[in-house]
Order: sequence, then C-alpha cells, then structure tokens
Amino acid sequence: MPLGIYRPGSTIWHRIPAGPKLGLVVLASIVTVALRGPWPCVAALGVALGISLWARVPPRVVWRGLRPFLVVVTILGAFQWWQRGWPVAVEVVATTVALVVVATTFTATTPTDRLLDAIVRGLGPFRRVGVRPEKVALAFSLMITAIPAIFEIAHETREAAKARGLERSVRANLSPMAIRTVAHAYETGAALHARGIGDD
Amino acid sequence: MAGISFDDVTVTAEATGGDVVILRHVSAEITERRVALIGGNGSGKSTLARLVNGLVTASSGVVRVDGLDVAKDGPAVRRRVGFVFTQPAAQLVMPTVAEDVALSLRRLVPDKHEREQRVLAILESYGLAHLATTSVHALSGGQQQLLALAGVLATEPSIVVADEPTTLLDLRNSVIVADRLFALEQQLVLVTHDLGLALRCERVLVIEDGGIAFDGDPAAAVDHYRRSVSTP
Repeated sequence: MPLGIYRPGSTIWHRIPAGPKLGLVVLASIVTVALRGPWPCVAALGVALGISLWARVPPRVVWRGLRPFLVVVTILGAFQWWQRGWPVAVEVVATTVALVVVATTFTATTPTDRLLDAIVRGLGPFRRVGVRPEKVALAFSLMITAIPAIFEIAHETREAAKARGLERSVRANLSPMAIRTVAHAYETGAALHARGIGDD
Repeated sequence: MAGISFDDVTVTAEATGGDVVILRHVSAEITERRVALIGGNGSGKSTLARLVNGLVTASSGVVRVDGLDVAKDGPAVRRRVGFVFTQPAAQLVMPTVAEDVALSLRRLVPDKHEREQRVLAILESYGLAHLATTSVHALSGGQQQLLALAGVLATEPSIVVADEPTTLLDLRNSVIVADRLFALEQQLVLVTHDLGLALRCERVLVIEDGGIAFDGDPAAAVDHYRRSVSTP
C-alpha cells in the first residue's frame, strides 16, 4: 500500500470512515483478482481510475503510487506475454495496476490518524488474547514514517561516499547506512519514551 | 516538593575495558524557572538532562521530579516532563504535521473530533497550521523543531527539558525557537552551547568531567566556563 500521500478533501471517499473504507478496498481487491479475461480486468482498471478521479486524487499522486511497481509490472507483463500470450499479460497487468490505484486512492483519502483509530477498533476484540491494538497501530505508523527517513539516510550516505570518491564501494555505502538506520531507530525509541508513549 | 533534585547521582556506562563514569556524585536542587546546563562535548550535561525524565537511569543515587522518584515513578514523571531533542527529525514519529501533534494528544483527548480541533489550535499558535497535512520530512529544520516543541507541549508538562534545541538551526530559526522556549510558563532546563541563551537564564550549571564545576549566577558561570576552556 503506498504510504504518506494523504490529500485532504471533502469527497464521499474522504468522508467514509476508515474501517468501512478498508473493507471496501478488500472487497474490491477480491472481486478484481477473481475476474477472468483481459477485458473485464481492463474494465476494473477503468473503474479504479474513475474512483480515483471521483475522489479528486491528483494524477501525480496516482503516478507516485504506481511508480515503484512499474518495473515489476513491466517484467511480469512481458513474461506472461511470452509464456501465456497477450490476453493473460493484459489480465495480470490490468489487475495489478487496478489494485495499486485502489490502494493509492485509499491512502490519499484517509488520514493516518483515522487509519490508526480503525486499526485500534478492528483489533479491539483481540485484547482478550493479549494483543495491544494501540501498540500495533503505533508500529504501523512508525513503519510509515521510517520509510522516507531511511531513504534520506541512504541518500546522505551515498553523497558522503561520493564525496570521498567511494561511490562504487559497497562497504562505504552499506555500513554507514546500516549504522545510521539503527541509530535513527534508537533515537526514535528515545523520543517515544520521552513522550510517554508505551507507558500505558 | 516542586522542582528537580539530584541526590548523589552517578551514571556509568559499559565499555570495552571496563565501565566509564559519565556523571559522578552529582547533587543539586533545581527550582528556578530558567536553568541552563553548559559545558564541553562529552562533559555529561546531556546525560544529566536525560536523567530528568528517565531516558538515562542513574547507576546510583536518586533523581526526583516534583518529589517523584524517576526510577520508580517513570510514567508519572514523563507526564510532567516534556523533552525536546537536538535532532527534531528523530522526535517526529508520525507521517504528517497534524498527525504528530495528534499522537501526543491521543491519551489526553480520546474523542477524535475534539482532538482534531485541539491539534489545529496548537498548530495555529505555532504558525504551522498551513502545514497540517505536510509530511514531517518536508519541513525545514526550524519548522521541525517548532513542531517537536508543539508535540511536547501538547501534553501540558510542568517541566520542559531541551537538549541543545537550537544547535542545528540557522540564526533566524534559533531565535524563533529560543524565544518560544523562554516564553513558556513551564520550568525550563536548557542544555546549550549558546552562551547568549545561558545568560538569559536565572541559574547556570557548568558541567565538566561528569561533575558540576560551577553553579550559580549566569554571568559568573559563563565567565568560569570561558576561562576553563581558554586555560591550556
């Protein structure tokens, strides 16, 4: 699911509570995956894109959600075409892209805070078996925030290696990145501790 | 008793070749509203500040906040003490500006609509309302530090400990963050290398080699510190 791309708005997709909306996403995904044949799958992709337009998700946000999957989708499509012919390739590619568009629309119309509330509510019944929904929700949000932070660390490490003429050195790129990522995790833990999160 | 007290506090850390003493037998009572801790890198001032809310645990001795033992009453102490870090990016743990402040309020304000209103009010008071839906990673250093401060103060602590909060900021943002800190009603314990900020406090502790080398009037403390670093 593409993360950190929420865009505020007042469309019906923004107003549907996070829990039911997540249910709709799951339902739409099951239906899309169950479709057979290229044209129903292309139609499903059309519907997904239509919903993203209806939700007023800017095309560049949809593109940002799709971009990381492009290489995989291209390779997957080419392989299917070669092995099983173009109808299967179209079916697989259209289904995958439709799922990503639906997921992007969900995250672009749902603030993380609401998503966390939905996770806490959804996991509520599992308290009796020892699950702490607040902690699961917090772990989820930390994961979302950690992704850009780790990208930033990777970028800075690459620049530092380049400045020392070591851009081709795997060690000069990976070692500092691993150490700084662990340090970042430690600092985040200290910050959570300082804010009293986890004290409950 | 209101305020912070250190009673014969020693902090050691494990290291290759044996334990290293970071703070040794520190005793002090801090009741003033504005207190600065100054000293060289590695002197132990950040460790002293981190003892206040239990981020660092004393190896021996007792740290008390408003009469509560930090080692025994950690959660209650952390509700009283807000901590601002040098590196704000590490302190911001939610994806967007509004969500990070909301995280601080989750325990205090269970109702999400009321929480959203409170978040907006807090962001407006910090001039960050227009950035409510912006990623915390897209903010400038000054904006990140203001947001970190907003997140800390959202929980209405009675004491704010700030560990070099202006070190990574440019002059303009340093002035903004410092003015915010000195405008607080709360007791402020400020770890800083900015001697100008130390001079704005009521009391300054100079930390050297894990101990309090000078404790008292800001001008005299800064003078002591300047002389100590200029002496070979």
